[in-house]
Amino acid sequence: MDATLLTSMLFATVVAGTPLIIVALGLLVSEKAGVLNLGAEGMMAMGAVAAFAITHHSGSPWLGVLAGMGAGMAMAFIFGVLTLSLMANQVASGLALAIFGVGLAAFVGKPYEAVALQAVPPIRIPFIADLPLIGEALYNQQALVYFSWALFWGLLWFLYRSRAGLVLRAVGESPSSAHAIGYPVIRIRYLAVLFGGAMAGIGGAFLSVFYTPMWAEGMVAGRGWIALALVVFATWRPLRVMVGAYLFGGVMITQLFIQGSGLQIDFPSQLLSSLPYWATIIVLVVISRNRNTIRLNSPVSLGKPYRPDA
Amino acid sequence: MLELEARAAPSRLMSWLSPLLAVVLMLGGGMLVFAALGKDPVEGFRIFFLNPVRDLYSVSELLLKATPLMLCAIGLAIGFRANVWNIGAEGQFMLGAVAATGIALYFDGSESALLLPAMIVAGAVGGAAWAGIPALLRTRFNANEILVSLMLVYVAQLFVSWLVFGPWKDPDGFNFPQTKMFGDAALMPVLLDGTRLHMGFALALAVLVAGYAFMNRSYAGFRMRVAGEAPDAARYAGFSAHRMIWTGLLLGGAAAGLAGMGEVAGPMGQLTDKIGSGYGFAAIIVAFVGRLNAFGIFLASLLMALLYIGGEQAQQYLNLPSSISMVFQGMLLFFLLGSDVFIHYRLRLRRRTS
Amino acid sequence: MTPDLNRTADPAPGPRLVLKGISKIYPTVVANDQVDLNVRPGEIRAILGENGAGKSTLMKIIYGVTKPSAGQIIWEGREVQVANPAHARSLGIGMVFQHFSLFETLTVVENVALALPGKPALDALAQRITEVSARYGLPVDPRRHIHALSVGERQRVEIIRCLLQNPRLLIMDEPTSVLTPQAVRTLFETLRQLSAEGCAILYISHKLDEIQALCHTATVLRGGKVSGECLPAQETPASMARLMIGKDLPHCEHGAAKTDGELRLRLAGLSHASDDPFGTDLKDIHLDVRAGEIVGIAGVSGNGQQELLRAISGEEALSEKFPVQVCGVEAGRLSPGQRRRLGLAFVPEERLGRGAVPGLSLTDNALLTAARTQGLLAGGFLRSGRARAFAQRCIEAFNVKCGGPGAAAKSLSGGNLQKFIVGREILQAPRLLVCAQPTWGVDVGAASFIRQSLIDLRDRGCAVLVISEELDELFEICDRIAVIAKGRLSPTRAAAETTVEDIGVWMSGMWPGADPASSPAPTESPHA
Repeated sequence: MDATLLTSMLFATVVAGTPLIIVALGLLVSEKAGVLNLGAEGMMAMGAVAAFAITHHSGSPWLGVLAGMGAGMAMAFIFGVLTLSLMANQVASGLALAIFGVGLAAFVGKPYEAVALQAVPPIRIPFIADLPLIGEALYNQQALVYFSWALFWGLLWFLYRSRAGLVLRAVGESPSSAHAIGYPVIRIRYLAVLFGGAMAGIGGAFLSVFYTPMWAEGMVAGRGWIALALVVFATWRPLRVMVGAYLFGGVMITQLFIQGSGLQIDFPSQLLSSLPYWATIIVLVVISRNRNTIRLNSPVSLGKPYRPDA
Repeated sequence: MLELEARAAPSRLMSWLSPLLAVVLMLGGGMLVFAALGKDPVEGFRIFFLNPVRDLYSVSELLLKATPLMLCAIGLAIGFRANVWNIGAEGQFMLGAVAATGIALYFDGSESALLLPAMIVAGAVGGAAWAGIPALLRTRFNANEILVSLMLVYVAQLFVSWLVFGPWKDPDGFNFPQTKMFGDAALMPVLLDGTRLHMGFALALAVLVAGYAFMNRSYAGFRMRVAGEAPDAARYAGFSAHRMIWTGLLLGGAAAGLAGMGEVAGPMGQLTDKIGSGYGFAAIIVAFVGRLNAFGIFLASLLMALLYIGGEQAQQYLNLPSSISMVFQGMLLFFLLGSDVFIHYRLRLRRRTS
Repeated sequence: MTPDLNRTADPAPGPRLVLKGISKIYPTVVANDQVDLNVRPGEIRAILGENGAGKSTLMKIIYGVTKPSAGQIIWEGREVQVANPAHARSLGIGMVFQHFSLFETLTVVENVALALPGKPALDALAQRITEVSARYGLPVDPRRHIHALSVGERQRVEIIRCLLQNPRLLIMDEPTSVLTPQAVRTLFETLRQLSAEGCAILYISHKLDEIQALCHTATVLRGGKVSGECLPAQETPASMARLMIGKDLPHCEHGAAKTDGELRLRLAGLSHASDDPFGTDLKDIHLDVRAGEIVGIAGVSGNGQQELLRAISGEEALSEKFPVQVCGVEAGRLSPGQRRRLGLAFVPEERLGRGAVPGLSLTDNALLTAARTQGLLAGGFLRSGRARAFAQRCIEAFNVKCGGPGAAAKSLSGGNLQKFIVGREILQAPRLLVCAQPTWGVDVGAASFIRQSLIDLRDRGCAVLVISEELDELFEICDRIAVIAKGRLSPTRAAAETTVEDIGVWMSGMWPGADPASSPAPTESPHA
């Protein structure tokens, strides 16, 4: 395998992993606060279609990203109202959000199905982009790739160094204790859920405006669910989210490269395409086998509704 | 300001009124959507909600559409009651269809009266086997069944697509991704002449009744109810959690597989890559709107079928994308989840004190 | 800054806190009804009352967790609306909760930081924690995670968290329910020291002897109202009990036990590593319980009681058969249902969610454990009529106040639900009954009824094992008593031949012949 191929595979892996990182880190924050939002797929779909439409009309991909973020947050807000204010079941509400988001995106996006966008040029970071092998792959990338790295570092600092992050973890650990010592549990959970929605929206925007760039019904293709699995796989730790996302990106890209390489292997393309989904399942199995790792790391109140008695 | 106040006991009345409230809110929301899209709301309402029930044929189409929904939903409800979250009914539906198609193609040309029963069994087994994967991984390795069953939907879709593009493609089918049409002995008999409503509907009704007996009258159903409401109590009473996961997933998978079989042996008459049409996901909504209860699921599946056909009508007469049905379906579930708050809480007017 | 610098400079001569006509009305219950209270600097005032009398609600109102429906709070001469706990803390009010408000996966210093205003640097804060803990004799390591601490240590963290804010009023909600008698004495020293420094203390309890030992004054609550005030030093436990429950304390009839009954439960070297990373491992437990006797197991909560009960009931299956023998059968690998068929019945500690399903009717809750023993099934289907009749029998025989067999379990009061569960288990005529915290959170009337039922069951020839944190209760009903500490079980002693003091010493793991490695006990050890 020659160096250019390696570089382009690495490049593609980073691109494929980026939406997963952004979405999974957003979900990680809301799960750290104790809220399980299974609606990621729907929020991403809405983010993708909103970003695509606004980019198409305004010509600015950045307005598009903003719109995608807004759409993701709007979806997350619906989820917040249902689960945080109206105490609806988080699993059911998340499923509803996923189904609704995918459906609404398909509906809203119908007129855009045949539209093409101009590709957004990557941002080249001087000097380090000239490094052999990895330079082109890592430092001549889309802005949102750099954003995903900034998000990762920011989140590390927030969760483990800032007081706000400590409060967030405390709320996810025991909302009743947090309430008893005087923290506004519901408000904090709203913020965490909205952050998760914003990131899912940006992740969707990355898919439709930067990655493909086009809009098609079903284009999110389960990435929202994979992001949810990633958070479990990462046992709620940001570094492992990064690693996991690039692993998945690698699996997706490898199967694409095999399909596109014209290698004479006797294996149907459809079955190759199912590899990332099998990979998700296998990783889930491996990580869940030891109940204690899950139990020790998962936010204790995850998925449980909480209502302070006034 | 308005405040929620916990009720002393959950309101039984509200638990029945809440779905009705959700339907009314959805109808209102739907008319707003029509208005927002620049359509006459009254006309939109007529086409979307009344056209599907204007004559006998329309009603038969409605029942046809409702058949896979009620089958999938009753199976899911059994698991949901025990907090077994099988959300991969869509994949189990496809695998049921695949298994039934396998029988139909293998015995192609057979006139045997046993062919159809064999396909029914194969459909149920196919769906159950696909649901058995998350059950096995959950009980053996503690892997989350939501994510596993969902991932398997994508796998199933790709698997079907491989079959119909590859080994099972109809050689005389002009390269379309589909199998050859089934012979008469492999097709569900039609119930009502001049319509497409087939025996699968009767089968679905029977499954609903069986589901009711299982959930409300049997000890196994009782154990699943306990496990869903209070897992610690189930453990205390000695009800095996593993058995409930297996029961919930296998029954759910079998019902969904049956529904898939009913599609290929019913209105489609062959397997195509369009077999996954979202029934498995819509059935999740049906199960919740139907209160995880057999009779409720019957009504809710009719309602959801109405939304599907309404969407097709809207596409035909109002020039709107048919995915508008999914918007309505999502709205319905949101409104239901929201209205459910009144089962446990009541609204109270309170003046701010500080 | 040390806590008392502020206090000595505090000139406030009047009462520190006055409550006037505080009421709290919930949809189903009036928790507080026109409560008046006042407490002076340096005063230790007991708030006395039985379960459900409204003590905890009243304290949550003072601390700003709950808003009163009516009434005034006057803090150091000025009327205040306590908006939330942060506000209460800024006023100078600290509270130690009965169910700790600590975060298990965070460290001690992180937990403390969460309750302090501003953004304290964790290193400096750790230093201050060490200073305060030395000053008040509350040793604790600021770097450790809460889940690694014993219950006693956790309480110290709660207290230190309050003291760091220089409180002028400290609220202690049932603080001794988790402590050994020795640890209680240490706690009292700390509280007296605080009181001498001018801190006012509200001490909530239903334990009359403790109140007599510690408190200057007492306010008694009954049914949400103030039923009287007194000076504990001038009262007897009996007179305070009358104020608290409106009548004399009931006492149980207690005949002599049989000693030669058939062996019903044998624990033969039971060892089991806990599945829960925060749990306690059971180590080499031996115990015999015979027909016709009540054996009690005392101990501070979190010393392996939960794990022991699960191993006996079968909720936690063992890898070997012999360590748990029920009615002569090696049952270690049997399921809870199979053990029930051998004659075991079990009343768990948690009533809602384990002993009963909150949302289901009493009829359904009767089915929970009695479906097979009482013939409530036919071919895999439920016989609803029979189940209802059995539930009705439990209700009548155990005097359960409820809306009939159709009432949801969660609509019953704690005491009535406990009577129902105890009734359901006893009416199945078990050969061995295991009962955890039989009267925890139950009013006095129901508690004595339940204790009497256990004694009557014993007299009918059943073997009874009771696990409880209430020493008084164990001494009242048990024939023999053992102690569990750090997952090990002491030998048993005849209740008549031992004292609360002896058992208290054993509770810290120091019984004759105890493995020295296991002592000192978790509650006493700063580095367990």
